Amino acid sequence: MSQMPGPYFGSYGGRFVPEALIAALDELSAAYEAAKTDPAFGAELDHLARVYAGRPTPLTEVRRFAAEAGGARIFLKREDLAHTGSHKINNVLGQALLTKRLGKRRVIAETGAGQHGVATATAAALMGLDCVVYMGLEDTERQALNVARMRLLGAEVVAVKTGSRTLKDAINEALRDWVTNVADTNYVFGTAAGPHPFPAMVRDFQSVIGREARAQMLAEVGRLPTAACACVGGGSNSIGLFSAFLEDGGVGLHGFEAAGDGVETGRHAATLTAGAPGALHGAKSYLLQDADGQTIESHSISAGLDYPGVGPEHSFLKDSGRAVYRAVTDAAAMDAFAKLTRLEGIMPAIESAHGLAGALTLARELGPEAVVLVCLSGRGDKDVETAARWFNL
Amino acid sequence: MRALNAGGLGRGGRPQGAADAIGRARAEGRAALVAYLPCGFPSLTASIDACRALIRGGADVIELGLPYSDPVMDGPVIAEAATAALAGGFRVDDVFEAVAELAPAGVPIEVMTYYNPVFRRGEERFAGELAAAGGAGLITPDLIPEEAGAWTRAADGFGLDKVFLVAPTSSAERLRLTAAACRGFTYATSTMGVTGVRSSLSELARPLVERTRAAGADNVCVGIGVSTPEQAAEVASFADGVIVGSAFVKRLAAGRDVEALAAELREAARP
Repeated sequence: MSQMPGPYFGSYGGRFVPEALIAALDELSAAYEAAKTDPAFGAELDHLARVYAGRPTPLTEVRRFAAEAGGARIFLKREDLAHTGSHKINNVLGQALLTKRLGKRRVIAETGAGQHGVATATAAALMGLDCVVYMGLEDTERQALNVARMRLLGAEVVAVKTGSRTLKDAINEALRDWVTNVADTNYVFGTAAGPHPFPAMVRDFQSVIGREARAQMLAEVGRLPTAACACVGGGSNSIGLFSAFLEDGGVGLHGFEAAGDGVETGRHAATLTAGAPGALHGAKSYLLQDADGQTIESHSISAGLDYPGVGPEHSFLKDSGRAVYRAVTDAAAMDAFAKLTRLEGIMPAIESAHGLAGALTLARELGPEAVVLVCLSGRGDKDVETAARWFNL
Repeated sequence: MRALNAGGLGRGGRPQGAADAIGRARAEGRAALVAYLPCGFPSLTASIDACRALIRGGADVIELGLPYSDPVMDGPVIAEAATAALAGGFRVDDVFEAVAELAPAGVPIEVMTYYNPVFRRGEERFAGELAAAGGAGLITPDLIPEEAGAWTRAADGFGLDKVFLVAPTSSAERLRLTAAACRGFTYATSTMGVTGVRSSLSELARPLVERTRAAGADNVCVGIGVSTPEQAAEVASFADGVIVGSAFVKRLAAGRDVEALAAELREAARP
């Protein structure tokens, strides 16, 4: 189950894209399949992960934070300490190496919070590739720091003014670019969604999170966790974490989506909690949509979770019951953001704060004997302005 | 020729498909004009009136767009029209109403729609409602035949056209697969890119049409970036039909009549 190759995860996944992209997706699938079994590719990626991205990232026990939840032990997988400040670097190094194998000179990417855009711009700088990042206009405003970082790294940032002007529309615009420039351009997709092979490929590149965390739990704590937690937007850090524990029946898998103002208000991004199956951005999966199949705009304080779709493997895991998904409001996430910052001196990304808030609730439910592992997917520097506004600083 | 089809019904009491209309144009020594406009833009009634104008101008097939929130194959002209239609309250039911209004004119109406509105309604129900309204079939720009099992079964059950797209990057194997899956015509995208007006016709168009014919397609129509009478004439020299969209939408958005452009394009589309 941890190795589901796609294109389908149960009834989800597939390739719902224009015919013009099929040849490129076939080419990418073939290149990835060849790379997977090529020791040279694996060695190069491992080398970059170690000497460039700073892996392995540590496991940190947060006792003062855990005391807020009544005594359970809580451990953080510190993806915030990876180069560029989030787990996104794991995926882009793999996809940038593949781009070179394809002989392409230009990469495009979509970004919500800017973390994937920064990571892609970073890998492009390292490997000498031209880079264009599509970002919703609204996101360029709330994540201005990351826009500046991308431009400093040499990427062109295109502010997308169509639709809801967030991540969904950035993906639309990136797909339009790809249809037009597919001959020399590779699309470095940021999350475990999209058409095959992206969901399986991104999961595989992010599975280093789960592999390391599982080994660290066994070596440093002497046991597997009771529960593994992560935030879910498109779902790449969570599927990377979950993938290592799928066969461990005793480890509960918990994904936390963005409830925004509250699922009941309609202003949220809780796709698995409140959506229905549909096809968006190349795959069948749960989707926020109306009765006509029109996409409903999502809302979250977190730009990285503000997406009305979700990766197809999460839809499969939800239906199968192997993973459980719940939604966390802006307010609960910001409360967890403040707690981790004040009690542990670790400022999380607001995306990751959704996972932390969920973990606090879960730890209370599971009781003092529980051992909870949380993927701290990114650091909060980019969110300082949003947080300052939220807390009236 | 048009008088033969008064009432708009073909074999078996069902609306005729696009293949018949393309065949009639061919018999007249010209390529068929497939004219696109989105339903609900600038309003439902205005879009129906504009399609009637296209028919008066001589369109052989109407491609009626179903406005969708995430139109990844469309450039700014059509994407903005879709956004405006949705903001104006467009509902999928409106398409069936528009088809029912237009079908009696005897020109086949193909609905151009992204997949999710069809999946959401259910392929069987969508096909049934389209057939009941007198529609000819669907053009599905983000659905490839391998993913279209449920739509194919529904369309076959109701005798509807299934129009899939081929692209300059399609392999010979994929051209065979797609040509075999199409009924009505095969939609050849002239260039790599999204819908929109371009200054010249892509040189990729002719070889794609030739390869698609060699792969077994009877009727190959060319769209994406075809907007002027000159481009229509060029396409007519090697294809069975000329698909024009953004040029009509631009004209409609500017408050101008589309009938004259349709007539010009029809007249130009001769080899």
